[in-house]
Amino acid sequence: MCLAIPVRIVSIDGNEAETEIAGVSRRVSIAFTPEAKVGDYVLLHTGYAIGVIDEAEAEETLKLLEEIASLSEVH
Amino acid sequence: MDDSILLAHGSGGKLSHELVEKKFLPFLANPALNKLDDSAIFEASGRLAFTTDGYVVNPIFFPGGDIGKLAVCGTVNDLAMNGAKPLYLSLSAIIEEGFLLIELERIMQSIKKAAEEAEVSIIAGDTKVVNRGQADKLFITTSGVGIISPGVDISGANARSGDKVVLSGTIGDHGIAIMSQREGLRFSMTLESDCAPLNKLVSQMLEVSSRIHCLRDPTRGGLATTLNEFARQSKVGIVVEEAEIPVKEEVKAACELLGLDPIYVANEGQDSYSNEKK
Amino acid sequence: MKYIDEYQDNKLAKGLAYKIAQRSTKTIRLMEFCGGHTHAILRYGIRQLVPRTVEMRSGPGCPVCVTATADLDKAIALAHLPDVIITTFGDMIRVPGSYSSLQQSKAEGADIRIVYSTIDAVEIAKTNPRKSVIFVGIGFETTAPTIAASILKAQQEKIENFFILSLNKVTPPVMRALLDSGEVKLDGIVCPGHVSVIIGSHPYEFIPRDYGVACVISGFEPLDILLCIDKLVEQIEKGEPKVEIAYPRGVKPEGNRKARQLMDDVFEIGQANWRGIGIVPQSGLNIKGKYERFDADKAFSVSPKPPREPKGCRCGDVIRGAATPLECKLFKKVCTPERPVGPCMVSSEGACAAYYQYGIPENSQSF
Repeated sequence: MCLAIPVRIVSIDGNEAETEIAGVSRRVSIAFTPEAKVGDYVLLHTGYAIGVIDEAEAEETLKLLEEIASLSEVH
Repeated sequence: MDDSILLAHGSGGKLSHELVEKKFLPFLANPALNKLDDSAIFEASGRLAFTTDGYVVNPIFFPGGDIGKLAVCGTVNDLAMNGAKPLYLSLSAIIEEGFLLIELERIMQSIKKAAEEAEVSIIAGDTKVVNRGQADKLFITTSGVGIISPGVDISGANARSGDKVVLSGTIGDHGIAIMSQREGLRFSMTLESDCAPLNKLVSQMLEVSSRIHCLRDPTRGGLATTLNEFARQSKVGIVVEEAEIPVKEEVKAACELLGLDPIYVANEGQDSYSNEKK
Repeated sequence: MKYIDEYQDNKLAKGLAYKIAQRSTKTIRLMEFCGGHTHAILRYGIRQLVPRTVEMRSGPGCPVCVTATADLDKAIALAHLPDVIITTFGDMIRVPGSYSSLQQSKAEGADIRIVYSTIDAVEIAKTNPRKSVIFVGIGFETTAPTIAASILKAQQEKIENFFILSLNKVTPPVMRALLDSGEVKLDGIVCPGHVSVIIGSHPYEFIPRDYGVACVISGFEPLDILLCIDKLVEQIEKGEPKVEIAYPRGVKPEGNRKARQLMDDVFEIGQANWRGIGIVPQSGLNIKGKYERFDADKAFSVSPKPPREPKGCRCGDVIRGAATPLECKLFKKVCTPERPVGPCMVSSEGACAAYYQYGIPENSQSF
């Protein structure tokens, strides 16, 4: 029930948006994420976008993981 | 003719004959069937394989195919999976009153095309009509007979330790294509069912290799179920490299959306086989 | 798939696993409170990647599993009322109630439909105006806003035949209840990811403050979970428990205000009955008076027979983290996904179903 997956907003139509993930399209409600823009990635849970993915934070996390991995290689 | 199936079409009288002559025969025409005797007569000698399957898929039309194509391919493939060359099929249709004739024609056209591709003839058939509500639009049952060449011995029980498992293509396509059409799931994609006859592929494989032990086309229950079947029938264990299993990106995405695992999702046009390592 | 694939990278996972092993000296116990985490931890073999000093236990994170038998019996009883359509999320259908299940009721002729969203349930109400459509509202804070939205939509569109059986629960109070009981000593908590997208990080602050337990919010991909474990181990080794977000691409400290506004408009907090735990105060969401016409509890009256638990079922213990599925005598022998005895084997987020499907290899950390 915590299942939420990242989908990309392709177009917005009022309270709803057309989204896409790897070739699969889905219409979702953006009632909880009115700030979402076309091109944003949102977390989709049972037909609703529950949050907008922070791309900068995502990058930071990956950078951190890469650093950790490279440190462990030294050993 | 009227534009939808009536109960009278199933009663055996004039309308029934008209239905067979106008909506079935033109698509299936072959000498044995055209005789319209109570049974079809043919000669065959050697080891014969025989199989039957019922098709109740919903929706009956889906991206990449329909219930007719499925009914031909499914039975042709069951024969091919035992190394048999499919010869003849029978086709029995149970139609719900009110079913549109134009849709019936579409399905018969599919059946014709699939049978031509698989190089089989449908030599026996039957139609029945039931009251509205007593069948979900159309149910088809096909049975098939095929012939196995001498020396060919393929069975789910033949897998041996050391064999390798090979998959002919990506998995999960059919199941996801079907689900994308179901109401309430609301997602759209360009993915098509992989429904296809495998008999020619199998005969090419058998020409090239005598070391094929098992063959199966993972249908309901997906790849996981098929591998479990091999394991159980052959009393062996199988080690699978998850990363080696080919899955289309769209199928992965749809599975994420639905909370499914692609290895359990149905296919209709793949085969997996185990053969001796060289 | 973007934001999924990158967080499954093998090499990066090994790097994290190495770091955790380097850092970890004390033997500690961590618990996750989200069914999605339970599933992911087993599916991705996280236990095999963490050192023997880190023990992982599953807590009450599966909404289907924590639904009390009495509440399920009520839903089943409602299904048998005339002109009722029950709409529910998939897993609920196969859970055995005291005397029957929704699946069995369906076979007996009850109109029960699986939906993927509350939006679908409202649609069904629209297209079946002469039936009463009841949605079985289970879930935590991730789902509660969608249920609130469905009530508002039904109100807006003047739909008179849509009802919610509100069995929604809230997460932080059950964490407090478990920590208070002291039954399972915990050093750290893997906090739910998508619940936190809604509620943010502040509601967990009482955990380090009142109990000295480390708290890190985790995402659902294997790298997210390993990163969370790394941060938990760090906090515990340093003796500095606090609330941290290891899923910053999804979770903000303030959460989703819009979603919470909707929840606050429709729901009020009350007590809730959790399977295996009992009544937990302030942990359930009830429909407020102004929306009471959508409340199935007020609109329909059913009196199911007194509830009974299946003999030998240890779902309650598994839900509290007091036992693992392996310690249940019925696990795999009697209770299987095809013939489940309790909900933990039915739901895709249940611990037993996850153990069954992904197996427990010999070198894993469980006991």
